[in-house]
Amino acid sequence: MRRLVQSFAAVLLITAALLYISYRLNESEGYAGNHTLTVYNWGDYIDPKLIKEFEKETGWKVIYQTFDSNEAMMAKIAQGGTTFDVAVPSEYAISKMKEEGMLLPLDHSKLPNLKYLDPRFLNLSFDPGNQYSVPYFWGTVGIVYNSEMLGGKKLTSWNDLWNKDLRNQILLVDGAREVMGMALNSLHYSLNDTNQAHLLQAKRKLDSLTPNVKAIVGDEIKMLLANEEAAIGVVWSGDAAEIIAENDKLDYVVPKEGSNLWFDNMVIPKTAKNIEGAHQFINFMLDPKHAAANAEYVGYSTPNKKALEYMPKEVVKDQRFYPDFHSIGRLEVYENLGKRMLAYYNELFLEFKMHRK
Amino acid sequence: MLCTWGRWMMAAMRHNVRNLYLIPYVLWIALFVAAPILLIVYYSFFDIEGKWTIANYEKFFTPIYLKMALNSFWYAFLITLFSLLIAYPTAYFLTKTKHKQLWLLLIILPTWVNLLLKAYAFLGIFGTFGLANAILEMLGIGKKQILFTDFSFVFVSVYIFIPFMVLPIFNALEELNPSLVDAARDLGASAWTTFRRVVFPLTLDGVKAGCQAVFIPSLSLFMITRLIAGNRVITLGTAVEEHFLVTQDWGMGATIAVFLMIAMAVIIGLTGNRK
Repeated sequence: MRRLVQSFAAVLLITAALLYISYRLNESEGYAGNHTLTVYNWGDYIDPKLIKEFEKETGWKVIYQTFDSNEAMMAKIAQGGTTFDVAVPSEYAISKMKEEGMLLPLDHSKLPNLKYLDPRFLNLSFDPGNQYSVPYFWGTVGIVYNSEMLGGKKLTSWNDLWNKDLRNQILLVDGAREVMGMALNSLHYSLNDTNQAHLLQAKRKLDSLTPNVKAIVGDEIKMLLANEEAAIGVVWSGDAAEIIAENDKLDYVVPKEGSNLWFDNMVIPKTAKNIEGAHQFINFMLDPKHAAANAEYVGYSTPNKKALEYMPKEVVKDQRFYPDFHSIGRLEVYENLGKRMLAYYNELFLEFKMHRK
Repeated sequence: MLCTWGRWMMAAMRHNVRNLYLIPYVLWIALFVAAPILLIVYYSFFDIEGKWTIANYEKFFTPIYLKMALNSFWYAFLITLFSLLIAYPTAYFLTKTKHKQLWLLLIILPTWVNLLLKAYAFLGIFGTFGLANAILEMLGIGKKQILFTDFSFVFVSVYIFIPFMVLPIFNALEELNPSLVDAARDLGASAWTTFRRVVFPLTLDGVKAGCQAVFIPSLSLFMITRLIAGNRVITLGTAVEEHFLVTQDWGMGATIAVFLMIAMAVIIGLTGNRK
């Protein structure tokens, strides 16, 4: 017993000493006090060189923290323990955060680089006038497929997925909005449809897709598709880019009936302490050269029109990731349908999952 | 649990000095057992907009959730059955081996590895180009879809739960007095009769404990329903996860959790030791 107590005391002492040392180290590095800027972003979603450059240019020390879902990010900001100065939520999360007063308005006079953004990506339904958010990356939902495994066949539309030859060939991403949206689009309805008859029709159509669906999975979908576990996947364009980088036999298409247009956006959450630095950071990331470097590192599509001039032609002209909006039926942003409607979408999705072959 | 707590409280009132030592225990039970259960019951009476309702309970008795409950019970039953069929002989032979403790350690060892890692490993083993299919091909059977089937789901679950079934049965067999077996054989019982009439009944408590340890957690499995069964198996656990994390319909999630707790209490009641 005595030895136990002694070892506990030793552990406590060592922890305290280490804490003190790390505090002193942080202080000497400039991580304490008022010289820091805390950025809260998705994992592996920024070129680390840009952070170094930003630090050198402005003198702020950047503390970079990551999250893996909008829900987790919102929970942490709502709880308010950490002073996040900049966060990068997806568009549907922005409507929610706005409703719950979790965002601070942006001062556009401090963001002169806003002018470089493509106007198609500004003033959208989730944030009219870009009062609270600035687009960071954008993309679509589409079909990634391995034409070698499909005997050279090319896919162009959602309805191609219902082809009887594709038995057990499709992996779907585990998202109610994405899968219901795909079914609604295939019926030429809006993916923000709230008409119950349309939704039930979409759900019945999904049931008839069941024989072709091999599995409905989460992030594993990237690994499974790159390993040719299945020939077809319904994924976000960003994931598609990653999959294609792993296995170049795969191709990506935005189906012609239309699809979802999504955005990740920079915002200043209400937890921010360094509002000046947050604006500087956002403006820094909007600089065309920085945006181009970032887009090349991350591999997602940048909304910065001027940045495209600094990027390789074959990337910018790639219809898969920089599609010409006229060639696609409709690209829609998810609207905040309200908790009740979202629950209904999820319930239909759950029923579809339970539908057996 | 609550019942035990009540008894402790009564005892605490009777001799109040010595029972100062009970304070940590009582606090622990109150904060981490009683309070969460009460909170779950409380949340189950609210709808998605935070209004008081019993609609969640009505919804549970609609075909979709009843079917889900039935599914969960069916898979939990299969998992328990196969675990038992494998674990009993394993435990039996373990007691006959020379280095019992070493073998037992080897069986327990996989439980030290994180569940998620094991599930991911099976993604590789059961995949189209994985080890299992390579063997099938070598045997001339050809590639089969193993991943994302009922088979893979039950197989992986059984693999995960087997140690929890082996341990109590092993302990029960160890406690069995070998002279009882000798006596049965001396009096002319065949090996099978000895097992059926002497060994099995005397280790029944171990079997019951093992079944509880497997059936109850497998009722609310989630994660591997997605990773290994590709969401082709939907259990109540999956629905709880979805309601709390995705739909944010905590009320419905809590309602399902209440039913799971009731089901577990019934199972413990049915398989409990009445001495």
